Amino acid sequence: MPTSPTLVREDPIAMPNLASAPQAERREETGGAPRIERPVLVACRFSFHYGHRRALKEIGLEIPEHAVTAIIGPSGCGKSTLLRAFNRMNDLIPGARSTGSLRFGDLDIQAPSTDVVELRRRIGMVFQRPNPFPKSIFDNVVFGLRMLGVRDRAELEGRAEESLRRAALWQEVSDSLKRSALQLSGGQQQRLCIARCLAVEPEVILMDEPASALDPAAASRVEELLMDLKARYTIVVVTHNMQQAARISDRTAFLLNGELIEYDLTQRIFTNPRLKATEDYIMGRFG
Amino acid sequence: MSSVTPVARALPQRSAPTSPWMDRAFVFLTGGAALLIVIMLAIIVGNVLLFGTGTLTLDFLFSAPREGMTAGGIFPAIFGTAALVLLMVVALVPFGVGAAVYLHEYARPASWLTRAVRFAVSNLAGVPSIVFGLFGLGFFVQFVGRNMDRALGLDVLWGQPALLWAALTLALLNLPVVIVTTEEALRTVPPDMREASLALGATRWQTVRSVLLPQALPGILTGTILSVARGAGEVAPIMFTGAAYFLPYLPKSPTDQFMELGYHVYVLATQSPDVEATRPLLYGTVLVLLILTFLLNVTAVMLRSRLRARLAGRT
Repeated sequence: MPTSPTLVREDPIAMPNLASAPQAERREETGGAPRIERPVLVACRFSFHYGHRRALKEIGLEIPEHAVTAIIGPSGCGKSTLLRAFNRMNDLIPGARSTGSLRFGDLDIQAPSTDVVELRRRIGMVFQRPNPFPKSIFDNVVFGLRMLGVRDRAELEGRAEESLRRAALWQEVSDSLKRSALQLSGGQQQRLCIARCLAVEPEVILMDEPASALDPAAASRVEELLMDLKARYTIVVVTHNMQQAARISDRTAFLLNGELIEYDLTQRIFTNPRLKATEDYIMGRFG
Repeated sequence: MSSVTPVARALPQRSAPTSPWMDRAFVFLTGGAALLIVIMLAIIVGNVLLFGTGTLTLDFLFSAPREGMTAGGIFPAIFGTAALVLLMVVALVPFGVGAAVYLHEYARPASWLTRAVRFAVSNLAGVPSIVFGLFGLGFFVQFVGRNMDRALGLDVLWGQPALLWAALTLALLNLPVVIVTTEEALRTVPPDMREASLALGATRWQTVRSVLLPQALPGILTGTILSVARGAGEVAPIMFTGAAYFLPYLPKSPTDQFMELGYHVYVLATQSPDVEATRPLLYGTVLVLLILTFLLNVTAVMLRSRLRARLAGRT
């Protein structure tokens, strides 16, 4: 994909070294966008390699609390890799390695001493294709709780109902919790996966194109749900769909060929991007 | 089509093997080969049914051989076979499934250990069963058993052919089957199931136990039952390690010897003092063995399809 390298280089936002930059400069670098007071997730000079192929190059990014942050970019730009780095799902890939730092609050995500099981409970994930287990609806929702050792029936039932209500699915399934989750429609399955994720009370929810495998009606229900959920959770959503990013997110990060090109308030990205590459992508001129 | 004809005439003559006549002949020949399999099976089964059904009475099934095995039934052999395969499964499944889970979930594919294990598994599958029998005698009976006796200060208890050693030998023989079918079953579990579980904060072991093994269960059961069906008929691995020619009593402990159906067939066919008198018993025993194997195979198929239906959310 031929993008002018000068476009990227001439602007400091392309490679913001947020952690080491003094406060005053940081305000400068964010191009006047409101500074993020208490970032939940911070990437700093984060690079990621699959074998010899570099998937992410020196990403610097701060993700604010209780907001929806969208990561956009063409296929293969590294969006999913970045998302999956936050809960270390990339650990499963042989030959993957990374440099730089990723922080979750005060926690160093990458550190070998980090309890990856606890990390993944606190940073939940919803996948592109709905992937409920071939178990009952109830067993799906309480799966994570059972893994944490919760055995008390009343508590499991209470938490299941609460999670299903928050995922806007309770009305549809309250009288059929024993049914197999695979009998639900695609949209219902995806909301079940969100409920399953909410049940273990994560602080952050990572979503990898959560609505792209759904029909438009089901997709818009999931979108509405995200807007509701941001009051309680920090949400990072990877999407291919520009309109979706514009509708649901507060901030948008644009990735291209593994580099963070522009990161700003969504409104600004979509109305007045500072870089031509961003504008071209948003206008659908490539990707 | 007249305009096409001159072009067709210009083509070289077809050689003989592709002429319509030969074409039909090949259909006939290949079809005949396929039919031959059915005919052979029909002859075997028909023969056994024809001569064996008359022998198959309740008395035959539930009584012991009498008069130098020229009369009576085969109950000790049925009992011994059941005890043998039961013990075998107890030893086989944990090891087989454990090894498969390790290979599929934990082992790094390129490491020398993984390659060594895979090499061992595929070669174990190719070892003739008589070699397993000799190995069982040498290792379990004479090495493990005798040393147990020595360590426990016993005269001879473990250091002789026994149900336990025969079951372990048979388990070893079937280990590759269970490892391969279990690994195959684990491979069919979609990768996003594993990711979903891990992303919810499940440990790897929890993921194996709560997500992967339940979904792989149909495959594991199929492999186990097939190895039971095979184990029930194997003679070579048990003839040195625990099967008895004739026993007046049923085995009461794993250190006892036992009678077994496959071995009993061998004994009746080759060691009988009166071939004519033994023949109906031989047919009856073979029929019981065939029915047992058939029932086990049918059970495997039914169990698998029921579990698959449940996993697909159809029940």
